Amino acid sequence: MIDANDHPLLEAEALAKWYGRQLGCRGVSFVLYPGEVMAVVGESGSGKTTLLQLLSAQLAPSSGRVCYRMRDGVLRDLACLGEAQRRCLFRTDWGYVHQDPALGLRMAVSAGANVGERLMAMGCRHYGRIRSAAQDWLDRVEIACDRIDDAPTVYSGGMRQRLQIARNLVTKPRLVFMDEPTGGLDVSIQARLLDLIRRLVTQLRLAAVIVTHDLAVARLLSHRIMVMKDGAVVESGLTDQVLDDPREPYTQLLVSSILPA
Amino acid sequence: MNAPAYNFAYLDEQTKRMIRRAILKAIAIPGYQVPFASREMPMPYGWGTGGVQVTAAILGPDDILKVIDQGSDDTTNAVSIRKFFVATAGVRTTTATVDATVIQTRHRIPETNLHERQILVFQVPIPEPLRFLEPRETETRRMHALEEYGLMHVKLYEDICRHGEIATSYAYPVMVDGRYVMDPSPTPKFDNPKMNDCRALQLFGAGREKRIYAIPPYTRVVSLDFEDHPFVPYRFNGTCALCGATDSYLDEVITDDRGSRMFVCSDTDHCETRRSSPVPPAGEENEVPRLDPEQTP
Repeated sequence: MIDANDHPLLEAEALAKWYGRQLGCRGVSFVLYPGEVMAVVGESGSGKTTLLQLLSAQLAPSSGRVCYRMRDGVLRDLACLGEAQRRCLFRTDWGYVHQDPALGLRMAVSAGANVGERLMAMGCRHYGRIRSAAQDWLDRVEIACDRIDDAPTVYSGGMRQRLQIARNLVTKPRLVFMDEPTGGLDVSIQARLLDLIRRLVTQLRLAAVIVTHDLAVARLLSHRIMVMKDGAVVESGLTDQVLDDPREPYTQLLVSSILPA
Repeated sequence: MNAPAYNFAYLDEQTKRMIRRAILKAIAIPGYQVPFASREMPMPYGWGTGGVQVTAAILGPDDILKVIDQGSDDTTNAVSIRKFFVATAGVRTTTATVDATVIQTRHRIPETNLHERQILVFQVPIPEPLRFLEPRETETRRMHALEEYGLMHVKLYEDICRHGEIATSYAYPVMVDGRYVMDPSPTPKFDNPKMNDCRALQLFGAGREKRIYAIPPYTRVVSLDFEDHPFVPYRFNGTCALCGATDSYLDEVITDDRGSRMFVCSDTDHCETRRSSPVPPAGEENEVPRLDPEQTP
């Protein structure tokens, strides 16, 4: 019997992106399996966010391609999908968690509507069911039930970030992209959020690509890691292996620049 | 020196041609907002410049024009637009819905059933139903193109969670011919069912926003709702104090500074016809209904 695990979910082949003469990233190839969490680390300007946008089809690559195994089990090149299909994929089978929750949320509508939006976009037209799904998800990201009708503008930064995660997961996506999910939060809130993300990722067997500059986040969440510098991948492998025994000088520098706790 | 100061119906023929093209396109794609090169009109934006341009483009010398503002033929907006077309086109005007061939309206649809030889022209302030949730025009256009209308239900969801029901009482979004979601201008939702399968052609003109859209005759128009919160047309729970109508859309009129009020038909022609009809209408004339305040919002 073939296990679904045997088939990769996402495949990147020699991805490159040039902004005119300026390099975004180049030569990025990897394979991501269902339930696998991969961290992309590197300093600012190393091409992490560009890579994430290429993978999530928000940017078209200059060369190379990204393939995704759709729910029907067929591996498809994202560039060959129509815009409607890509957008549908983006709001059903994928999640995208922005560093700034204001980008990923509708700040003017209530938390319940924020969570319910994807369901309504998928054609759910039963208010009671949408609301109970929203309630369920707020509960799972540890937001009190009585805050369901509040707009995210009156939420704290940590709550907004958790709301953004709930909003993304309500359609049971199989792949989640996260761009610095803990950036801008203070340390105790960061720890709680990381705990939550780790639990949800395991519970739901999510595959995830997490972009971060924080090696501690990478170590806590990811199975595999890719270190980027100047738009190229300099080292990749199992997270613990790379962080404990870095091979490349740049990775060694990165690891050694963590302040001792 | 007897040459008329204006071309027939104010706009020049090239402009009317451009507007007619937009109208034809709008009719071909029911509910789709067609951009057009809206002109400056000799009245301020918000006074019906879009509706006036549409009317000017479709008006012929034989047409009989009726203009209503919130159902009434004799409010400022209606009177000045009617005068405008009398002065620039010399067309006949009427207040009787049945006699009119072109009816320009600010929001209401007449109570009297329309017929196939009539055109209803709406004045539209904000044509984009998704505007208040999605401020980017590029994005709303894409959403229309890809039929992504989940956001429209987010608005209705918000209504229910704040007010316990869909509290939107005007500009209530509709789905036209199973494809485009459309803002029926600030028409009270009481009138939404009249748009469905209507025998007259309905044209919508937004002057400031430069959009024209249309509902061709006999087109399916469905008001959006939830399965467990279905669409309900709203009207004041009262009787018209003048004609006794119990099924027409009512305006609330404050009659003194001590809280007295009366309800009258918003459609003045409908009300007058009923009062002058040989069969006396049910209900007593000039009776001011005393309503329980809880019955009205």
